[in-house]
Amino acid sequence: MSAAFDIIASAGLWAAVLRIATPLILGTLGALLCERAGVLNLGIEGIMTFGAMIGWLTVYNGADLWIGFLVAAVAGGLFGLLHSLLTVTLGLSQHVSGLGVTLFASSFSYYVFRLAVPVAGTPPTITPFQPIAIPGLSDLPFFGPAFFSQTTPTYLAILLALVLAYVIFRTPLGLAIRMTGENPHAAEAQGINPMVVRYGAVIIGSALMGMAGAFLTLAAFNSFFPTMVQGRGWICIALVVFASWRPVRALLGGLLFAFFDGFQLRLQTVLGGAVPYQLFLMIPYILSIVALALMARRARVPQALMQPYRRGER
Amino acid sequence: MRFERREHRSIALVIATPLIAIGAALALAGVLTAVAGAPVLEAYWLILKSAFGSRLSATETLTRATPLILTGLAAAVAFRARLWNIGAEGQLYLGAITVAWASSQFLGDLPGLVQIPLLLLLGALAGMTLLLVPLWMRLRFTVDEVVTTLLLNFVAVLLVSMLIDTVLKDPMAFGWPQSQPVADAAMLPKLLARSRLHLGLGIAVVLAIVLAFVQSRTVFGMQSRAAGLNPEGAVFAGVPLKGTLVIVACISGGLAGLAGAVEVMGVQGYVTTELSPGFGYSGIVVAMLANLNPLGVVLAALFTATMFVGADGMSRSLGIPSYIADVIVALSLLTMLVAVFFTQYRIRR
Amino acid sequence: MSKPVLEIVGVSKRFGTTVANDKISLSLAQGEIIALLGENGAGKTTLMSILFGHYVADEGQILVDGQELPQGKPRAAIRAGIGMVHQHFALAPNLTVLENVITGTQSLWSPKLRRSDARTKLLTISERFGLKVDPDARLGDLSVGEQQRVEILKALYNEARILVFDEPTAVLTQTESERLFATLKDMAAQGLSLIFISHKLDEVMSAADRVIVLRGGRHVAERRTSETSKAELAELMVGRTVTRPVREPSTPGDVVLEAAAVTIRSDGIDRLKAVDFRLHAGEVLGIIGVSGNGQHVLAQLLSGTRSKTAGDLLLYGKAVDKLSVADVVSAGIGRIPEDRNKEGAIGEMAIWENAILERVKAFSRGGLVDRKAAVAFTQTIIDRFDVRGGSPTSRIRLLSGGNMQKLIFGRNLINRQRILLAAQPARGLDEGAVAAVHERILEAKRQGTAVLLISEDLDEVMALADRIQAIVGGRLSPAISAEEASARKLGLMMAGEWTSEVPHAV
Repeated sequence: MSAAFDIIASAGLWAAVLRIATPLILGTLGALLCERAGVLNLGIEGIMTFGAMIGWLTVYNGADLWIGFLVAAVAGGLFGLLHSLLTVTLGLSQHVSGLGVTLFASSFSYYVFRLAVPVAGTPPTITPFQPIAIPGLSDLPFFGPAFFSQTTPTYLAILLALVLAYVIFRTPLGLAIRMTGENPHAAEAQGINPMVVRYGAVIIGSALMGMAGAFLTLAAFNSFFPTMVQGRGWICIALVVFASWRPVRALLGGLLFAFFDGFQLRLQTVLGGAVPYQLFLMIPYILSIVALALMARRARVPQALMQPYRRGER
Repeated sequence: MRFERREHRSIALVIATPLIAIGAALALAGVLTAVAGAPVLEAYWLILKSAFGSRLSATETLTRATPLILTGLAAAVAFRARLWNIGAEGQLYLGAITVAWASSQFLGDLPGLVQIPLLLLLGALAGMTLLLVPLWMRLRFTVDEVVTTLLLNFVAVLLVSMLIDTVLKDPMAFGWPQSQPVADAAMLPKLLARSRLHLGLGIAVVLAIVLAFVQSRTVFGMQSRAAGLNPEGAVFAGVPLKGTLVIVACISGGLAGLAGAVEVMGVQGYVTTELSPGFGYSGIVVAMLANLNPLGVVLAALFTATMFVGADGMSRSLGIPSYIADVIVALSLLTMLVAVFFTQYRIRR
Repeated sequence: MSKPVLEIVGVSKRFGTTVANDKISLSLAQGEIIALLGENGAGKTTLMSILFGHYVADEGQILVDGQELPQGKPRAAIRAGIGMVHQHFALAPNLTVLENVITGTQSLWSPKLRRSDARTKLLTISERFGLKVDPDARLGDLSVGEQQRVEILKALYNEARILVFDEPTAVLTQTESERLFATLKDMAAQGLSLIFISHKLDEVMSAADRVIVLRGGRHVAERRTSETSKAELAELMVGRTVTRPVREPSTPGDVVLEAAAVTIRSDGIDRLKAVDFRLHAGEVLGIIGVSGNGQHVLAQLLSGTRSKTAGDLLLYGKAVDKLSVADVVSAGIGRIPEDRNKEGAIGEMAIWENAILERVKAFSRGGLVDRKAAVAFTQTIIDRFDVRGGSPTSRIRLLSGGNMQKLIFGRNLINRQRILLAAQPARGLDEGAVAAVHERILEAKRQGTAVLLISEDLDEVMALADRIQAIVGGRLSPAISAEEASARKLGLMMAGEWTSEVPHAV
């Protein structure tokens, strides 16, 4: 019991929580934006993988870290364009199309990575983002090292959650996105083109997913290896439901999950070999499933989610 | 520009669809091969040669196709009833570890004739169980099974990893995390001497034929199709929706579990976390390429296995990463989706 | 009247080989109400979709105040002052009234949604036209009538001067309809110009100044309502004299189905509240009511897809507790579902599969479907019930609504049924098909089948039913006999105004 308390009271845990949460927050925001416009984007897992790979590769080839981040976002957006073509223009099953995008994006990542980086004993590394101490705040005892000594992308993710919340609930554009996700016919009747809104939301949402992946290789770790995304994309999809499609709750949900993840990582080291480490690793996945079961009924799902929109067809 | 439904589809078009899709995927992947600086046609020729050029390679391709047929069937059966089972990978691992556990711990002394059917059944049961959880959550809490089955894949692999690291760890494996082997009597008979080709292929093909029959001729086949196409209409016509989904889940999960069991008992003899190079996920592609037709699954699995086995050989000769096979397979899913769309719709201005 | 605010000049539109609109022209003056009268498929909705920019016409033009309106752009139509009140409301239940109204009204790139100005404007308009709503209510919590008000407000908020109403009374009660028409007249008096689309002669005659009749995509006639009659309009609309069959009096037989205080509760709400009815062999019992008052649940109960929470249900004199679809089918109850496409048919399956799915046990042995027998059975239905447009092996989706309904009647009536449950059987069919459906119902009755007819169409119920009960808010009124029924009386009953003094005819 006291071991658990010691973990929670350590600033290191909370610093780790924010770090672990960042890709979850970015990915969840991306998926949330797509779903608010009525498109489920299961391409997320693959898009995150590609973002991780291409962001890393860009930096490995000498570019600036931010350029890497940007390239990952653009690449994510391109996969979003692909998903939009299939699901918005052609109106194909969002489930299958998303899985197709995931399979393609991940295998394409591995292919490009292997082409660019020959097999080596230890994977090559880059110099990742370094924590930025926020003047004044980072000197606070406990809170300083816990919350105010993060890398810039982490602050960016938190800021993005607030911005997205504002856009969705407080701007005409956000209302147009919500209407498109609820009833695209109604949006069209008010002079909004639901196709364009869906394309935009999916492309930008996918760009966020690409950034989520890039965070893994450019800030959390310093190298790329296949399967490094490890189902984080699927957890994000579950988090969207958990957050009831609200960005601020997505932020909190991401932090909550990261807390459990960070906690179990530390608990592992404390408990040593007494409990198999795999049990700890299962926790995020099982938590996601439990969260889904708890929230699925209560949440107000966008009414037109997964429904293709065809002009003149009802 | 708008799309208009085609009222009639010719049979020829339906058959041609997967071929067109595969052609398009190969063309797109050809661009990637060319960008990597390899001669495209030679690369494809080498894939074909490495997959079928010798007796060894041909049997190897068929061996690789075996679990793909089973996971492909698992996806096809489920998708047809609109049950989105994306968890074949996890179900496969659970089937595999169950077989290793049962044979190494307490069934090992039974003669093969008894032990093999028993193990296959246990493997299938394990796969079923893992799919019934998400189905229950869908029926009880309306949770989308896509996400839950995907998440359970990770849980299943971690469970296997834990077991082969602890209670089922093989002490003779020099510390490698690998399960204790199944008994010799549990190994499936070989179909051809001096090859890895085993009875599993026969089992998979027979199951494909049985399923094709069930789907096209039986009351259950008709009802499960109705349930998938229009649940409300099916309920009105008296189709027991939940019951049908439970049976579909049992068949689908069972087939995926069986894939794991067969892979252990036919090829490896033991379980590692590298048992499946994504057979579960590739099964989805196989099912879609086959247009969810069980007999088509056999052919689509053969294509997919050809790519995987062939790309390994090609990769060694030309220095193209063998991941090109995964790219081709993934692309063929996307091109197939588009191709199927154009058999159903035509473009109008 | 003054010069036209809207002119449609020679508009044509083809879909594939079908001509939806063939050189249609019309004009609308300020302050005028015109009706577009026509059957389903006459081209009314297509014409209005062109006006509103959902479709682009193949030829012809639209002039608003003499200016040509660019086509295919809803936004341009809105800007020109055209507003549309859709039959299936273009609203989002999860958003508030205000949000529904102001979507798309402010520049999408503006950094802030101006809510308070919008609210003031909305309240002013709702005051001016007497359309009261709470701007902050969640739309899904409103009644259908209130939702329609929001739909109208949305158009007015966009400063529409030309309003198009697509079948506005389809979902309203009699009183709500009357109120709507009062609002329409008020709007016209305030200088707005209105077009409403309808196939109901009564409301066309009472609400419009001028009627334009469309048939088969063509403009076939134009009349001032003061100079025409219902009979003339009916003939113009249909193009020939179609007479719907009318019931003849009959002597009912034994009670075959009886409900006593049946209640159905789901999600904590009583969908049916202690309803009573008795259905006799050889009679048609009409249940009249506006959609959404519990008739769907009642139909489900008798279809075997929902069970009762309390009360007694007696089938052929025996109490039954739970009915499955199989029980219902084998008990000789035929079922015509409310929604053909959703419940009545599985579009992607073959006609023969749709014909036998609900009685698949009878067409199978040892779990195997006897396809030969099933196809033969289907062919018999196709022949006997005059189903056109497909063979047993073609997909049922290819059939027209009328033919699909014939198939559904066929699969239920081919083996004579003891009870026929018909829920909204003529909904969405054209006049010829309606007559065919009504004839089938009366024929079944003559042969001794007990028919329970659930309908929201007064004319239909009055033409077919021997006894009538109204359904309102999950309650069922006592029955009145056909002889006592008048449109006015039924209108009152549908509004929930019945008293225990109403004579009880059993």
